[in-house]
Amino acid sequence: MVYLLIIVSAVLVNNIVLSQFLGICPFLGVSKKIDTALGMSAAVTFVLTLATIITYLLQKHVLEAFGIQYLQTLVFILVIAALVQLVEIILKKVSPSLYQALGVFLPLITTNCCILGVAILVADGTYKLPEGMEPNLLAGVVFAIATAIGFGLALVLFAGIREQLRFSNIPKGLEGTPIALIVAGLLAMAFMGFSGVV
Amino acid sequence: MKSLKVILNGLVTENPTFVLLLGMCPTLGTTSSAINGMSMGLATTFVLICSNVVISLIKNLVPDKVRIPAYVVVIAAFVSVLQMCMEAYVPAIYETLGLFIPLIVVNCIVLGRAEAFAAKNNAWYSALDGVGIGLGFTFALTLLGAIRELLGTGKVFSMTVFSENYGALVFVLAPGAFIALGYLIAIVNKIRKA
Repeated sequence: MVYLLIIVSAVLVNNIVLSQFLGICPFLGVSKKIDTALGMSAAVTFVLTLATIITYLLQKHVLEAFGIQYLQTLVFILVIAALVQLVEIILKKVSPSLYQALGVFLPLITTNCCILGVAILVADGTYKLPEGMEPNLLAGVVFAIATAIGFGLALVLFAGIREQLRFSNIPKGLEGTPIALIVAGLLAMAFMGFSGVV
Repeated sequence: MKSLKVILNGLVTENPTFVLLLGMCPTLGTTSSAINGMSMGLATTFVLICSNVVISLIKNLVPDKVRIPAYVVVIAAFVSVLQMCMEAYVPAIYETLGLFIPLIVVNCIVLGRAEAFAAKNNAWYSALDGVGIGLGFTFALTLLGAIRELLGTGKVFSMTVFSENYGALVFVLAPGAFIALGYLIAIVNKIRKA
């Protein structure tokens, strides 16, 4: 039950893109078509879950055990960069079809700030949990997966709207990035309606 | 003469926010008020200048194949320094900016300048490029922060301009960030074309 609360909170109420402002670059960059949006979301879900587990274990058993928490940023970004490379190599061998589908999006993920952001939130235990719940690995993983789903939901919704935008009459000055940002603003306003649900 | 050109390039011609559209996460996430935007801009400027100088000094020592990881390590080191200094001397600002301080590591502006400028120029011009791009970013963030603060609460830098009762709170919240930046970029595009 509490895990359901974490999921609803991370997907709808505190959506990573529309209310936490993490992962805006891919949100604006790869949202021109629904297909690419789906590919990106799948790649993010995959890497985010793995990265969260590995960085959480590193934080608890290496950084905190030796009292070197100040190396957190440095260690995490290296782990994420290495992980992305590793995932790419393994996927290429094990599942060429999945590699084909995710291919171009994988390298982009290293600089997606929602990966590092969520890894730090989970490792520090500063993410939003239902009242009275202590942060632990399982809660962290559920939070990471839910966050990735929230990212995917926002991305696919936004891509759907942008596909329609091409057929509409947009004021000349607002073409391109400005109208995309305004649409994102309206989407964020819609998501604000969920506040207070959890 | 060239020095001035390098600085102006970052401030105007290649303004990271309005022209290159880089570093959108901190741009939207930390500009709920003018002072927050300015602090974030200055923090990023510090990292930009330091990492640009160091990267331009080590560019000939690092093999081409591992240059990106090497640059990332340099940037992450300066971000950790910044994190510790801010936590010690300005804890209030550190608290407000929160997660966005460590996330400077993955800010595309910093790595972008390392790759596009510092890896090709000497330390002096790289430092100036850091100053120019950093101030351009700071200017954009302060402007967006001031606009959002004014429309949302009727204040700029916490000084009252009009009564809070006439403010539209939505501009301080998440949707206002997207909408304000959208219109700001549209206006800047118009000015640049003119």
